[in-house]
Amino acid sequence: MGLSHCRVRGLLMLRLQKLTKTYKTGDQALKAIDLEVPKGQVLALIGPSGAGKSTMIRCINRLVEPTSGAVILENTDLTKLGPGALRRARREMGMIFQEYALVERLTVMENVLSGRLGYVGFWRSFLRRYPQADVDEAFRLLDRVGLLHMADKRADELSGGQRQRVGICRALIQNPKLLLVDEPTASLDPKTSRQIMRLITELCRERGLAAIINIHDVALAQMFVPRIVGLRFGEIVFDGVPAALTAEKLTEIYGEEDWEATIEAVEDDEEVEAAQ
Amino acid sequence: MPVLEKDGAQIWRRHTLREKLVRWFGWLLGLLVFAICWQIISQSTTWFFVWDAPRIANDIWTRATPPRWEYITQLGRPIWDTLNIATLGTIIALFLAVPVAFLAARNTTPSALFIRPVALLIIVSTRSINSLIWALLLIAIIGPGVFAGVIAIAIRSIGFCAKLLYEAIEEIDHAQVEAITATGASRWQVMAYGIVPQIMPAFAGVAVFRWDINIRESTVLGLVGAGGIGLQLSSSLNVLAWPQVSLILLVILAAVVLSEWVSAKVRGAII
Repeated sequence: MGLSHCRVRGLLMLRLQKLTKTYKTGDQALKAIDLEVPKGQVLALIGPSGAGKSTMIRCINRLVEPTSGAVILENTDLTKLGPGALRRARREMGMIFQEYALVERLTVMENVLSGRLGYVGFWRSFLRRYPQADVDEAFRLLDRVGLLHMADKRADELSGGQRQRVGICRALIQNPKLLLVDEPTASLDPKTSRQIMRLITELCRERGLAAIINIHDVALAQMFVPRIVGLRFGEIVFDGVPAALTAEKLTEIYGEEDWEATIEAVEDDEEVEAAQ
Repeated sequence: MPVLEKDGAQIWRRHTLREKLVRWFGWLLGLLVFAICWQIISQSTTWFFVWDAPRIANDIWTRATPPRWEYITQLGRPIWDTLNIATLGTIIALFLAVPVAFLAARNTTPSALFIRPVALLIIVSTRSINSLIWALLLIAIIGPGVFAGVIAIAIRSIGFCAKLLYEAIEEIDHAQVEAITATGASRWQVMAYGIVPQIMPAFAGVAVFRWDINIRESTVLGLVGAGGIGLQLSSSLNVLAWPQVSLILLVILAAVVLSEWVSAKVRGAII
Protein backbone atom coordinates (compact mmCIF):
# COMPACT_ATOMS: atom_id res chain seq x y z
CA MET A 1 0.00 0.00 0.00
CA GLY A 2 1.62 3.30 1.06
CA LEU A 3 2.01 5.91 -1.64
CA SER A 4 0.38 4.05 -4.53
CA HIS A 5 -2.66 3.43 -2.33
CA CYS A 6 -3.25 7.16 -1.90
CA ARG A 7 -2.75 8.03 -5.51
CA VAL A 8 -5.43 5.56 -6.53
CA ARG A 9 -7.95 6.81 -4.00
CA GLY A 10 -6.82 10.42 -4.21
CA LEU A 11 -7.77 11.04 -0.59
CA LEU A 12 -5.20 13.23 1.09
CA MET A 13 -5.20 13.89 4.83
CA LEU A 14 -2.25 16.24 4.93
CA ARG A 15 -0.06 17.92 2.40
CA LEU A 16 3.05 19.94 3.18
CA GLN A 17 4.10 22.33 0.42
CA LYS A 18 7.56 23.91 0.48
CA LEU A 19 7.35 23.97 4.28
CA THR A 20 10.30 25.97 5.57
CA LYS A 21 11.35 26.94 9.06
CA THR A 22 14.28 29.22 9.76
CA TYR A 23 14.92 29.95 13.45
CA LYS A 24 15.93 33.40 14.66
CA THR A 25 19.45 32.06 15.17
CA GLY A 26 19.62 31.47 11.41
CA ASP A 27 19.36 27.67 11.68
CA GLN A 28 17.38 26.29 8.75
CA ALA A 29 15.48 23.47 10.44
CA LEU A 30 13.26 22.67 7.46
CA LYS A 31 14.14 23.35 3.81
CA ALA A 32 11.08 23.43 1.54
CA ILE A 33 9.60 20.10 2.64
CA ASP A 34 7.01 18.54 0.32
CA LEU A 35 5.10 15.62 1.79
CA GLU A 36 1.73 13.98 1.26
CA VAL A 37 0.01 11.81 3.84
CA PRO A 38 -3.09 9.93 2.66
CA LYS A 39 -6.05 9.30 4.96
CA GLY A 40 -5.49 6.49 7.40
CA GLN A 41 -1.77 6.13 6.70
CA VAL A 42 0.75 5.79 9.51
CA LEU A 43 4.12 7.22 8.65
CA ALA A 44 7.38 7.15 10.60
CA LEU A 45 9.75 10.07 10.42
CA ILE A 46 13.33 9.04 11.11
CA GLY A 47 16.56 10.98 11.11
CA PRO A 48 19.42 12.08 13.37
CA SER A 49 18.94 14.57 16.23
CA GLY A 50 18.64 18.05 14.81
CA ALA A 51 17.36 16.82 11.44
CA GLY A 52 14.15 18.80 11.98
CA LYS A 53 11.76 16.00 12.95
CA SER A 54 10.34 17.77 16.00
CA THR A 55 10.20 21.09 14.19
CA MET A 56 8.27 19.53 11.34
CA ILE A 57 5.63 18.04 13.62
CA ARG A 58 5.31 21.30 15.53
CA CYS A 59 5.01 23.31 12.33
CA ILE A 60 1.99 21.23 11.34
CA ASN A 61 -0.11 22.30 14.35
CA ARG A 62 1.79 25.58 14.60
CA LEU A 63 3.23 25.13 18.05
CA VAL A 64 6.20 26.38 16.03
CA GLU A 65 5.32 29.03 13.46
CA PRO A 66 6.55 28.00 9.97
CA THR A 67 8.57 30.63 8.11
CA SER A 68 7.01 29.89 4.73
CA GLY A 69 5.17 27.21 2.81
CA ALA A 70 1.77 25.64 3.34
CA VAL A 71 0.34 23.00 5.67
CA ILE A 72 -2.88 21.72 4.10
CA LEU A 73 -5.08 19.59 6.35
CA GLU A 74 -7.73 18.14 4.04
CA ASN A 75 -8.73 21.38 2.29
CA THR A 76 -7.56 24.02 4.77
CA ASP A 77 -4.22 25.79 4.73
CA LEU A 78 -3.39 25.94 8.44
CA THR A 79 -0.70 28.58 7.98
CA LYS A 80 -3.34 31.11 6.91
CA LEU A 81 -5.64 30.66 9.91
CA GLY A 82 -6.31 33.31 12.56
CA PRO A 83 -6.12 32.41 16.29
CA GLY A 84 -9.72 31.18 16.65
CA ALA A 85 -9.70 29.08 13.49
CA LEU A 86 -6.28 27.68 14.41
CA ARG A 87 -7.65 26.50 17.76
CA ARG A 88 -10.53 24.77 15.97
CA ALA A 89 -8.08 23.18 13.52
CA ARG A 90 -5.88 21.96 16.40
CA ARG A 91 -8.85 19.92 17.68
CA GLU A 92 -8.50 17.80 14.53
CA MET A 93 -4.89 16.94 15.35
CA GLY A 94 -4.04 14.88 18.41
CA MET A 95 -0.49 15.16 19.71
CA ILE A 96 1.55 12.67 21.73
CA PHE A 97 4.81 13.76 23.36
CA GLN A 98 8.24 12.40 24.17
CA GLU A 99 8.18 12.99 27.93
CA TYR A 100 4.41 12.40 27.97
CA ALA A 101 3.78 16.09 28.84
CA LEU A 102 0.94 15.20 31.18
CA VAL A 103 -0.09 17.84 33.68
CA GLU A 104 1.66 16.13 36.55
CA ARG A 105 -0.44 17.49 39.40
CA LEU A 106 -3.79 16.64 37.83
CA THR A 107 -5.46 13.24 37.92
CA VAL A 108 -5.43 10.76 35.05
CA MET A 109 -9.08 11.57 34.35
CA GLU A 110 -8.44 15.32 34.26
CA ASN A 111 -5.53 14.75 31.91
CA VAL A 112 -7.63 12.67 29.54
CA LEU A 113 -10.51 15.16 29.65
CA SER A 114 -8.11 18.02 28.92
CA GLY A 115 -8.14 16.66 25.36
CA ARG A 116 -11.69 18.08 25.11
CA LEU A 117 -10.65 21.63 26.06
CA GLY A 118 -11.08 22.82 22.50
CA TYR A 119 -14.76 21.82 22.61
CA VAL A 120 -15.67 22.98 26.11
CA GLY A 121 -16.08 26.55 27.38
CA PHE A 122 -13.71 28.05 29.95
CA TRP A 123 -15.93 27.87 33.04
CA ARG A 124 -17.11 24.34 32.34
CA SER A 125 -13.50 23.21 31.99
CA PHE A 126 -12.38 25.26 35.01
CA LEU A 127 -15.08 23.68 37.19
CA ARG A 128 -14.41 20.26 35.62
CA ARG A 129 -18.05 19.97 34.49
CA TYR A 130 -17.43 18.15 31.23
CA PRO A 131 -20.42 16.83 29.22
CA GLN A 132 -21.35 13.29 30.23
CA ALA A 133 -20.58 12.09 26.69
CA ASP A 134 -16.95 13.23 27.12
CA VAL A 135 -16.67 11.49 30.49
CA ASP A 136 -18.11 8.29 29.01
CA GLU A 137 -15.62 8.44 26.15
CA ALA A 138 -12.76 9.04 28.61
CA PHE A 139 -13.74 5.91 30.56
CA ARG A 140 -13.98 3.92 27.30
CA LEU A 141 -10.51 5.04 26.21
CA LEU A 142 -8.94 4.35 29.61
CA ASP A 143 -10.50 0.91 29.51
CA ARG A 144 -9.13 0.37 25.98
CA VAL A 145 -5.56 1.12 27.10
CA GLY A 146 -5.99 -0.85 30.32
CA LEU A 147 -5.88 2.03 32.80
CA LEU A 148 -9.49 2.18 33.98
CA HIS A 149 -8.45 1.44 37.57
CA MET A 150 -6.03 4.40 37.49
CA ALA A 151 -8.59 7.07 36.60
CA ASP A 152 -8.38 8.76 40.02
CA LYS A 153 -4.61 8.55 40.45
CA ARG A 154 -2.48 11.63 40.03
CA ALA A 155 -0.45 11.58 36.82
CA ASP A 156 2.88 11.74 38.68
CA GLU A 157 2.10 8.45 40.42
CA LEU A 158 2.16 6.51 37.13
CA SER A 159 5.02 4.67 35.45
CA GLY A 160 6.42 5.81 32.10
CA GLY A 161 4.42 3.37 30.01
CA GLN A 162 1.22 4.19 31.90
CA ARG A 163 1.77 7.91 31.45
CA GLN A 164 2.23 7.50 27.72
CA ARG A 165 -1.05 5.55 27.58
CA VAL A 166 -2.76 8.49 29.28
CA GLY A 167 -1.10 10.75 26.71
CA ILE A 168 -2.56 8.57 23.96
CA CYS A 169 -6.04 8.81 25.52
CA ARG A 170 -5.73 12.60 25.74
CA ALA A 171 -4.90 12.76 22.04
CA LEU A 172 -7.66 10.34 21.00
CA ILE A 173 -10.46 11.93 23.01
CA GLN A 174 -10.07 14.94 20.72
CA ASN A 175 -11.52 12.65 18.06
CA PRO A 176 -8.73 13.73 15.71
CA LYS A 177 -8.23 12.93 12.04
CA LEU A 178 -4.47 13.05 12.32
CA LEU A 179 -2.06 12.07 15.09
CA LEU A 180 1.21 13.92 15.54
CA VAL A 181 3.51 11.74 17.60
CA ASP A 182 6.84 13.09 18.83
CA GLU A 183 9.30 10.40 19.95
CA PRO A 184 6.68 8.34 21.84
CA THR A 185 9.17 5.78 23.07
CA ALA A 186 12.28 7.86 23.77
CA SER A 187 11.88 7.67 27.55
CA LEU A 188 10.70 4.05 27.71
CA ASP A 189 12.40 0.67 28.05
CA PRO A 190 12.52 -1.61 24.97
CA LYS A 191 9.56 -3.78 25.95
CA THR A 192 7.30 -0.87 26.88
CA SER A 193 8.43 0.90 23.69
CA ARG A 194 7.10 -1.95 21.59
CA GLN A 195 3.85 -2.10 23.53
CA ILE A 196 3.32 1.63 23.06
CA MET A 197 4.15 1.52 19.34
CA ARG A 198 1.84 -1.45 18.88
CA LEU A 199 -0.94 0.35 20.76
CA ILE A 200 -0.57 3.53 18.70
CA THR A 201 -0.55 1.71 15.36
CA GLU A 202 -3.45 -0.54 16.41
CA LEU A 203 -5.54 2.43 17.51
CA CYS A 204 -4.79 4.23 14.23
CA ARG A 205 -5.99 1.19 12.32
CA GLU A 206 -9.15 0.84 14.44
CA ARG A 207 -10.07 4.47 13.91
CA GLY A 208 -8.71 4.95 10.41
CA LEU A 209 -6.37 7.66 11.69
CA ALA A 210 -3.44 9.06 9.79
CA ALA A 211 -0.32 9.54 11.91
CA ILE A 212 3.15 10.99 11.68
CA ILE A 213 5.44 9.35 14.21
CA ASN A 214 8.85 10.86 14.94
CA ILE A 215 11.08 8.09 16.06
CA HIS A 216 14.84 7.67 16.34
CA ASP A 217 14.68 3.88 16.77
CA VAL A 218 14.91 2.63 13.18
CA ALA A 219 14.21 -0.99 14.09
CA LEU A 220 11.04 -0.05 15.93
CA ALA A 221 9.84 2.05 12.98
CA GLN A 222 10.46 -0.78 10.53
CA MET A 223 8.61 -3.19 12.78
CA PHE A 224 5.33 -1.30 13.07
CA VAL A 225 5.02 1.29 10.33
CA PRO A 226 4.32 0.75 6.59
CA ARG A 227 5.95 3.96 5.33
CA ILE A 228 9.18 5.56 6.43
CA VAL A 229 10.41 9.05 5.64
CA GLY A 230 14.03 9.91 6.35
CA LEU A 231 14.97 13.45 7.22
CA ARG A 232 18.48 14.89 7.15
CA PHE A 233 19.46 18.54 7.66
CA GLY A 234 15.83 19.55 7.09
CA GLU A 235 15.43 17.72 3.81
CA ILE A 236 13.67 14.48 2.89
CA VAL A 237 16.32 12.01 1.75
CA PHE A 238 14.26 8.81 1.89
CA ASP A 239 10.60 7.94 1.40
CA GLY A 240 9.52 4.34 1.02
CA VAL A 241 8.55 1.05 2.60
CA PRO A 242 10.65 -0.35 5.48
CA ALA A 243 12.14 -3.07 3.30
CA ALA A 244 13.69 -0.43 1.02
CA LEU A 245 15.68 0.96 3.93
CA THR A 246 19.08 -0.55 3.11
CA ALA A 247 22.46 0.11 4.68
CA GLU A 248 23.20 2.68 1.93
CA LYS A 249 19.96 4.51 2.64
CA LEU A 250 20.66 4.56 6.38
CA THR A 251 24.11 5.97 5.65
CA GLU A 252 22.47 8.65 3.56
CA ILE A 253 20.13 9.57 6.44
CA TYR A 254 22.42 9.24 9.43
CA GLY A 255 25.95 9.27 8.01
CA GLU A 256 28.67 6.65 7.84
CA GLU A 257 28.28 3.72 10.27
CA ASP A 258 28.07 -0.05 10.17
CA TRP A 259 24.34 -0.67 9.62
CA GLU A 260 24.35 -4.40 8.96
CA ALA A 261 23.71 -5.24 12.63
CA THR A 262 20.68 -2.91 12.75
CA ILE A 263 19.12 -4.44 9.66
CA GLU A 264 19.74 -7.99 10.91
CA ALA A 265 18.31 -7.11 14.31
CA VAL A 266 15.16 -5.92 12.62
CA GLU A 267 14.75 -9.19 10.79
CA ASP A 268 15.25 -11.11 14.03
CA ASP A 269 12.72 -8.94 15.78
CA GLU A 270 10.17 -9.54 13.07
CA GLU A 271 10.57 -13.27 13.52
CA VAL A 272 10.08 -12.92 17.26
CA GLU A 273 7.02 -10.76 16.74
CA ALA A 274 5.60 -13.23 14.23
CA ALA A 275 6.19 -16.12 16.62
CA GLN A 276 4.27 -14.40 19.44
CA MET B 1 58.07 29.66 44.38
CA PRO B 2 56.96 27.65 47.35
CA VAL B 3 59.15 24.69 46.44
CA LEU B 4 62.77 25.22 47.44
CA GLU B 5 65.81 23.08 47.15
CA LYS B 6 68.01 22.74 50.19
CA ASP B 7 70.78 20.21 50.60
CA GLY B 8 69.35 18.18 47.77
CA ALA B 9 65.97 17.78 49.50
CA GLN B 10 62.81 19.46 48.21
CA ILE B 11 61.20 21.70 50.76
CA TRP B 12 57.63 22.91 50.40
CA ARG B 13 56.26 26.03 52.07
CA ARG B 14 52.74 27.38 51.81
CA HIS B 15 53.93 30.90 50.99
CA THR B 16 56.99 32.41 49.40
CA LEU B 17 59.07 34.89 51.39
CA ARG B 18 57.52 37.81 49.51
CA GLU B 19 54.00 36.60 50.27
CA LYS B 20 54.94 36.22 53.95
CA LEU B 21 56.13 39.83 54.17
CA VAL B 22 53.00 41.16 52.46
CA ARG B 23 50.81 39.22 54.88
CA TRP B 24 52.76 40.39 57.91
CA PHE B 25 52.38 44.04 56.91
CA GLY B 26 48.71 43.43 56.15
CA TRP B 27 48.06 42.23 59.70
CA LEU B 28 50.08 45.14 61.13
CA LEU B 29 48.03 47.65 59.17
CA GLY B 30 44.79 46.00 60.24
CA LEU B 31 45.77 46.18 63.93
CA LEU B 32 46.76 49.83 63.62
CA VAL B 33 43.39 50.75 62.05
CA PHE B 34 41.58 48.83 64.80
CA ALA B 35 43.54 50.60 67.55
CA ILE B 36 42.90 54.05 66.07
CA CYS B 37 39.18 53.40 65.62
CA TRP B 38 38.93 52.11 69.17
CA GLN B 39 40.50 55.36 70.38
CA ILE B 40 37.99 57.52 68.47
CA ILE B 41 34.95 55.52 69.53
CA SER B 42 36.08 55.47 73.12
CA GLN B 43 36.44 59.26 73.20
CA SER B 44 32.90 59.82 71.96
CA THR B 45 31.29 57.25 74.24
CA THR B 46 29.71 58.25 77.52
CA TRP B 47 31.18 55.38 79.49
CA PHE B 48 28.97 56.07 82.44
CA PHE B 49 25.94 54.77 80.47
CA VAL B 50 27.78 51.66 79.36
CA TRP B 51 28.94 50.78 82.89
CA ASP B 52 25.44 51.54 84.09
CA ALA B 53 23.69 49.37 81.43
CA PRO B 54 23.60 46.07 83.36
CA ARG B 55 22.14 47.79 86.40
CA ILE B 56 19.41 49.48 84.33
CA ALA B 57 18.64 46.26 82.47
CA ASN B 58 18.36 44.47 85.78
CA ASP B 59 16.15 47.28 87.09
CA ILE B 60 13.77 46.97 84.11
CA TRP B 61 13.76 43.20 84.44
CA THR B 62 12.71 43.37 88.10
CA ARG B 63 10.05 45.97 87.29
CA ALA B 64 8.76 43.90 84.34
CA THR B 65 8.50 40.62 86.29
CA PRO B 66 6.11 39.18 87.04
CA PRO B 67 3.98 40.24 84.05
CA ARG B 68 0.67 41.79 84.93
CA TRP B 69 -1.41 38.74 84.06
CA GLU B 70 -4.83 40.35 84.64
CA TYR B 71 -3.99 42.80 81.81
CA ILE B 72 -4.53 39.87 79.40
CA THR B 73 -8.28 40.61 79.36
CA GLN B 74 -7.51 43.84 77.53
CA LEU B 75 -5.19 42.17 75.01
CA GLY B 76 -7.60 39.71 73.40
CA ARG B 77 -9.12 42.25 71.07
CA PRO B 78 -5.80 43.86 69.96
CA ILE B 79 -4.10 40.53 69.22
CA TRP B 80 -7.20 39.46 67.25
CA ASP B 81 -6.91 42.73 65.30
CA THR B 82 -3.24 42.00 64.66
CA LEU B 83 -4.01 38.51 63.33
CA ASN B 84 -6.76 39.95 61.13
CA ILE B 85 -4.48 42.68 59.77
CA ALA B 86 -1.93 40.03 58.80
CA THR B 87 -4.47 37.62 57.30
CA LEU B 88 -6.57 40.15 55.39
CA GLY B 89 -3.46 41.98 54.22
CA THR B 90 -1.98 38.72 52.90
CA ILE B 91 -5.20 37.75 51.10
CA ILE B 92 -5.53 41.17 49.42
CA ALA B 93 -1.84 41.05 48.49
CA LEU B 94 -2.22 37.63 46.89
CA PHE B 95 -5.21 38.77 44.82
CA LEU B 96 -3.17 41.67 43.48
CA ALA B 97 0.11 39.74 43.19
CA VAL B 98 -1.21 36.95 40.93
CA PRO B 99 -2.00 39.16 37.92
CA VAL B 100 1.19 41.16 38.46
CA ALA B 101 3.20 37.90 38.49
CA PHE B 102 1.63 36.72 35.22
CA LEU B 103 2.38 40.10 33.65
CA ALA B 104 5.97 39.97 34.91
CA ALA B 105 6.90 36.40 33.97
CA ARG B 106 8.75 36.28 30.66
CA ASN B 107 6.75 33.32 29.37
CA THR B 108 3.28 34.71 30.13
CA THR B 109 3.62 38.50 29.79
CA PRO B 110 1.56 39.92 26.92
CA SER B 111 4.35 42.35 26.10
CA ALA B 112 7.94 42.04 27.27
CA LEU B 113 8.67 45.54 26.05
CA PHE B 114 5.89 47.60 27.67
CA ILE B 115 3.91 45.63 30.26
CA ARG B 116 6.69 43.62 31.85
CA PRO B 117 8.71 46.68 32.97
CA VAL B 118 5.56 48.16 34.56
CA ALA B 119 4.92 44.92 36.46
CA LEU B 120 8.54 44.80 37.59
CA LEU B 121 8.30 48.42 38.73
CA ILE B 122 5.27 47.55 40.87
CA ILE B 123 7.19 44.66 42.39
CA VAL B 124 10.29 46.69 43.17
CA SER B 125 8.49 49.77 44.47
CA THR B 126 6.13 47.93 46.84
CA ARG B 127 8.95 45.74 48.11
CA SER B 128 11.42 48.53 48.74
CA ILE B 129 9.32 50.45 51.29
CA ASN B 130 8.89 49.00 54.78
CA SER B 131 5.33 48.34 55.98
CA LEU B 132 5.84 50.75 58.90
CA ILE B 133 6.50 53.54 56.41
CA TRP B 134 3.53 52.48 54.28
CA ALA B 135 1.44 52.61 57.47
CA LEU B 136 2.65 56.15 58.28
CA LEU B 137 1.73 57.29 54.76
CA LEU B 138 -1.64 55.57 54.83
CA ILE B 139 -2.55 56.94 58.25
CA ALA B 140 -2.00 60.39 56.84
CA ILE B 141 -4.25 59.54 53.90
CA ILE B 142 -7.05 57.39 55.34
CA GLY B 143 -6.69 58.08 59.05
CA PRO B 144 -5.47 55.84 61.89
CA GLY B 145 -6.92 52.40 62.55
CA VAL B 146 -6.97 48.78 61.52
CA PHE B 147 -7.88 49.54 57.90
CA ALA B 148 -4.65 51.49 57.36
CA GLY B 149 -2.74 48.54 58.80
CA VAL B 150 -4.42 46.06 56.47
CA ILE B 151 -3.66 48.16 53.41
CA ALA B 152 -0.06 48.79 54.53
CA ILE B 153 0.55 45.04 54.95
CA ALA B 154 -1.16 44.33 51.62
CA ILE B 155 0.89 46.84 49.64
CA ARG B 156 4.13 45.76 51.26
CA SER B 157 3.41 42.10 50.41
CA ILE B 158 2.45 42.51 46.72
CA GLY B 159 6.01 42.77 45.50
CA PHE B 160 7.28 39.91 47.65
CA CYS B 161 4.51 37.51 46.56
CA ALA B 162 4.55 38.58 42.92
CA LYS B 163 8.33 38.18 42.69
CA LEU B 164 8.35 34.64 44.07
CA LEU B 165 5.31 33.71 41.95
CA TYR B 166 6.70 35.04 38.68
CA GLU B 167 9.93 33.15 39.29
CA ALA B 168 7.85 29.99 39.76
CA ILE B 169 5.94 30.73 36.54
CA GLU B 170 9.18 31.14 34.62
CA GLU B 171 10.41 27.77 35.85
CA ILE B 172 7.42 25.68 34.74
CA ASP B 173 7.74 22.72 32.38
CA HIS B 174 6.94 24.11 28.94
CA ALA B 175 6.00 20.70 27.51
CA GLN B 176 2.80 20.60 29.60
CA VAL B 177 1.82 24.02 28.27
CA GLU B 178 2.53 22.83 24.71
CA ALA B 179 0.41 19.73 25.23
CA ILE B 180 -2.59 21.75 26.44
CA THR B 181 -2.15 24.26 23.59
CA ALA B 182 -2.08 21.41 21.08
CA THR B 183 -5.59 20.29 22.13
CA GLY B 184 -7.02 23.54 20.78
CA ALA B 185 -7.49 25.08 24.23
CA SER B 186 -7.99 28.84 24.55
CA ARG B 187 -5.47 31.16 26.17
CA TRP B 188 -7.30 31.08 29.51
CA GLN B 189 -7.70 27.31 29.40
CA VAL B 190 -3.98 26.92 28.75
CA MET B 191 -3.40 29.05 31.85
CA ALA B 192 -5.87 27.08 33.99
CA TYR B 193 -4.66 23.64 32.88
CA GLY B 194 -1.08 24.09 31.74
CA ILE B 195 0.30 26.70 34.13
CA VAL B 196 -1.82 26.97 37.31
CA PRO B 197 -1.44 23.33 38.45
CA GLN B 198 2.32 23.68 38.08
CA ILE B 199 2.58 26.79 40.27
CA MET B 200 0.07 25.72 42.95
CA PRO B 201 2.73 24.39 45.37
CA ALA B 202 4.75 27.59 45.00
CA PHE B 203 1.61 29.68 45.46
CA ALA B 204 0.61 27.91 48.66
CA GLY B 205 4.16 28.09 49.98
CA VAL B 206 4.45 31.81 49.26
CA ALA B 207 1.03 32.47 50.83
CA VAL B 208 1.79 30.87 54.19
CA PHE B 209 5.35 32.18 54.26
CA ARG B 210 4.16 35.75 53.70
CA TRP B 211 1.32 35.34 56.23
CA ASP B 212 3.90 34.20 58.76
CA ILE B 213 6.06 37.30 58.09
CA ASN B 214 3.03 39.59 58.15
CA ILE B 215 1.99 38.48 61.64
CA ARG B 216 5.36 39.68 62.91
CA GLU B 217 5.18 42.90 60.89
CA SER B 218 1.64 43.70 61.99
CA THR B 219 2.57 43.53 65.70
CA VAL B 220 4.58 46.73 65.33
CA LEU B 221 2.12 48.62 63.12
CA GLY B 222 0.27 49.83 66.23
CA LEU B 223 3.36 51.81 67.22
CA VAL B 224 2.44 54.34 64.55
CA GLY B 225 -1.30 54.03 65.14
CA ALA B 226 -2.30 51.51 62.51
CA GLY B 227 -4.19 49.20 64.87
CA GLY B 228 -3.37 45.93 66.56
CA ILE B 229 -1.38 45.03 69.65
CA GLY B 230 1.38 47.53 68.86
CA LEU B 231 -0.96 50.26 70.07
CA GLN B 232 -1.06 48.71 73.56
CA LEU B 233 2.69 48.22 73.45
CA SER B 234 3.40 51.85 72.68
CA SER B 235 0.98 53.19 75.28
CA SER B 236 2.38 50.84 77.94
CA LEU B 237 5.92 51.94 77.07
CA ASN B 238 4.92 55.59 77.25
CA VAL B 239 3.64 55.24 80.81
CA LEU B 240 6.54 52.92 81.78
CA ALA B 241 4.13 50.11 82.66
CA TRP B 242 6.80 47.41 82.41
CA PRO B 243 4.71 44.46 83.68
CA GLN B 244 2.25 45.19 80.84
CA VAL B 245 5.07 45.43 78.29
CA SER B 246 6.41 42.02 79.29
CA LEU B 247 2.96 40.48 79.01
CA ILE B 248 2.47 42.00 75.55
CA LEU B 249 5.84 40.62 74.43
CA LEU B 250 4.80 37.18 75.69
CA VAL B 251 1.50 37.38 73.78
CA ILE B 252 3.34 38.41 70.58
CA LEU B 253 5.76 35.53 71.07
CA ALA B 254 2.84 33.10 71.43
CA ALA B 255 1.19 34.44 68.26
CA VAL B 256 4.40 34.11 66.27
CA VAL B 257 5.04 30.57 67.52
CA LEU B 258 1.47 29.68 66.57
CA SER B 259 1.86 31.11 63.08
CA GLU B 260 5.16 29.26 62.60
CA TRP B 261 3.44 26.03 63.58
CA VAL B 262 0.48 26.61 61.27
CA SER B 263 2.64 27.52 58.27
CA ALA B 264 4.92 24.51 58.84
CA LYS B 265 1.83 22.26 58.92
CA VAL B 266 0.34 23.80 55.79
CA ARG B 267 3.61 23.60 53.87
CA GLY B 268 4.04 19.98 54.90
CA ALA B 269 0.51 19.16 53.73
CA ILE B 270 1.03 20.74 50.30
CA ILE B 271 4.43 19.41 49.34
